[in-house]
Amino acid sequence: MLHDETLHYLDNAATTRVDPAVADAIRAAMTDLWANPSALYTPGLQAQQALGKARAQVAKTLGCTPGEVYFTACGSESNNLALRGAAVARRGWGRKILCSGYEHPSAALPVEQLGKEGFEVDFVPPGPDGRIDVAAMADRVDKGTCLVTCMQVNNETGAVADVETLARLTKERNPRTAVHVDGVQAWLRVPAALAGVDSFTVSGHKVHAPKGIGALYLRKGYHIEPPYLGGGQEKGIRPGTENVPYAVGLGEAARLMAANSRERKARVAALNARLRQGVTALPEVTVNSPDDAVPEILNISLNVIRSETMLHFLEQRRVYVSSGSACSKGAASHTLAAMGLSARAIDTALRISLCGDNTEQDIDELLTGLSDGLAKLARLR
Amino acid sequence: MKQIILCYQGEMALKGLNKATFEASLAKAVRFRLRDLGEFKVYKAQSTLYIEPETEDADMDEAFRRVSRVFGIAAMSRAAVCEKDFDAICAAAGEYLADSLRRARTFKVEAKRSDKRFPMKSPEISRELGGYLLSRFPHLKVDVHNPDLTVMVEVRDFAAYVHGDKVPGAGGLPVGTSGRALNMLSGGIDSPVAAWRMARRGLALHHIHFASPPYTSERAKLKVKALAQIVSEWTGSCVLYVVPYTEPQEYIRDHGPAPLFTVLMRRSMLRIAHQIAESIDCQAIVTGESLAQVASQTLRALACTDEVQPLPVLRPLIGMDKSEIVATSRAIGAFETSILPYEDCCTIFTPPHPKTRPTLEEIRAAEEAMPGLAELEKKAAAEVERIRIDWQDEVEYLE
Repeated sequence: MLHDETLHYLDNAATTRVDPAVADAIRAAMTDLWANPSALYTPGLQAQQALGKARAQVAKTLGCTPGEVYFTACGSESNNLALRGAAVARRGWGRKILCSGYEHPSAALPVEQLGKEGFEVDFVPPGPDGRIDVAAMADRVDKGTCLVTCMQVNNETGAVADVETLARLTKERNPRTAVHVDGVQAWLRVPAALAGVDSFTVSGHKVHAPKGIGALYLRKGYHIEPPYLGGGQEKGIRPGTENVPYAVGLGEAARLMAANSRERKARVAALNARLRQGVTALPEVTVNSPDDAVPEILNISLNVIRSETMLHFLEQRRVYVSSGSACSKGAASHTLAAMGLSARAIDTALRISLCGDNTEQDIDELLTGLSDGLAKLARLR
Repeated sequence: MKQIILCYQGEMALKGLNKATFEASLAKAVRFRLRDLGEFKVYKAQSTLYIEPETEDADMDEAFRRVSRVFGIAAMSRAAVCEKDFDAICAAAGEYLADSLRRARTFKVEAKRSDKRFPMKSPEISRELGGYLLSRFPHLKVDVHNPDLTVMVEVRDFAAYVHGDKVPGAGGLPVGTSGRALNMLSGGIDSPVAAWRMARRGLALHHIHFASPPYTSERAKLKVKALAQIVSEWTGSCVLYVVPYTEPQEYIRDHGPAPLFTVLMRRSMLRIAHQIAESIDCQAIVTGESLAQVASQTLRALACTDEVQPLPVLRPLIGMDKSEIVATSRAIGAFETSILPYEDCCTIFTPPHPKTRPTLEEIRAAEEAMPGLAELEKKAAAEVERIRIDWQDEVEYLE
């Protein structure tokens, strides 16, 4: 990593290191802007202004207006709020929900739950290449479809879905259908794609802000039914006294990420190329990510050594990656399973995810570690 | 009102000439557990251990809780102390047990007069005190067969004691009176229960755990540490020995026949455990094996593992069903930690079809084909990590 040569953190899709500049902004806001932004006196106004500035910073990166950005506690909350809020608001005329087959649990589970509550849910799996065929997905939209949801960048493979096309085709078939996009892994990595999209989720801790802050884009004029009632903050969509310091942090992180966007993308793309080249040279390893996945995420299967074993082996060298599956006794990766990968490939999958702070040395340490591990560790029979 | 904790001995009271040794151990254990809670006078008389606070601020709730986890005590009660005077006894009973008496619908009084100089006989005390309590708590009815509350009066040498129902103590014998053993702690449900059961029979215990990074994780090790910590509430402070077992385990997997893997591994672990046990003067090894629970716990497999080292292997769970083991695990507060899903050394590399009836001949032949194993075991034993478990430390919460 740039800040520590001996640390090789390659799990940036799980979370990112908080940028010290973001932490400074949060600390300053915590100690200086502690008044309630709803208060009518000057300190309250100052907190409100800081909140407004942060909202504008986030809006700028999404290409929307500040009034369309709502702060939440995390990506999971944003997804739940958008999905349930949209379905409940439309249940008078539409009972069908169309959902990609590789959503994050914070989108998949609320949809499944709606399925139990009387909605008809249709999951559209990705192809063997890991991609969602958005045209085929949109073909399933009919006059009873109240909601379509698909993540823009898959968190396990980095596969990119053309959500703008999905939104356009959906609206052509049914203009009333709501389109939600989980943009947690996409935000500030691929260009914002909000044309035709009604709601879009982002999260702070994937972009060097802390855990505990997220945001939801809601298109102006788009209506959802909020589950919580309270003091009317965030226009009643997400009541609760605003977390001003963390919102400031999110705004600052968005600003910083956007500012070095070009340089960062070039850097990560070069690292990805180096990584892909390196893993291709390992005969046992297969790549699960599509060729045109985002450069930040690469999913591979070792095929001969269990993910967890390799993960702990790499950990000894301060190389940190994540296993494709949640844990040995938990469920297997649903994205890889939906792609139709074998149990062996799923059980030996690793996700390597990069950020702008990674260096060539990180990649090289990982590749050496993989190669040593493949030579040394006991193989699956 | 002055309070006291009375601890009644169980089988210890039946000991012969050794009884004093057991009693001294118990008193020592109790004193040690209460060290930081204030000044306590701990003394014994009439097969009972008296725990008397000598300062006003002694934390009696915590003292009672701690003593309830000391082995060697069959039953306990928290009593009010009063003068050996019938009016004083009545006042003490009415005041000290007021809450329980108000809640109860039926009661009886049981008196025990071991100081025969006291003028009233036991049945008379019961009758008169019962009458007094009925007049003070008129809603009560007497039920001598199945009362909600039994008011107990003990007129002993030093004073009279009034208390409600006795509660069961931890039972068994004081830790250390039976010697010292090394317990094999895997991280599952059984081994903490085995440790608890053997400590209850008076064994002082240390634990040994086999870790195989990177096949097992740091979390698995922390889980075992948490289990040792949980059990230490009963066993007292101890040492957890963590053996770096990766190399012997890989060697067995690569050089031994797969169906015999588990038994070969158990033998190897026992050899290492024996080396550690000898070095810290343990006279036995404790395991959580239960007959036929898994392939390595069949009678044949146990026979194969027993012969590799000379110390007795104690298996307190050998005749228990899993459900009974789970019940004890829950009772001692280990279950929730035991079921955390971190893979331990026993479950990695397990063959799909382990042999359930291995013979010593084939096992010995397999070991002859593994000449490098002894050296790796020696190295693992030499590199063992010592983790001190202090019974007063908090259990690390892993979720």
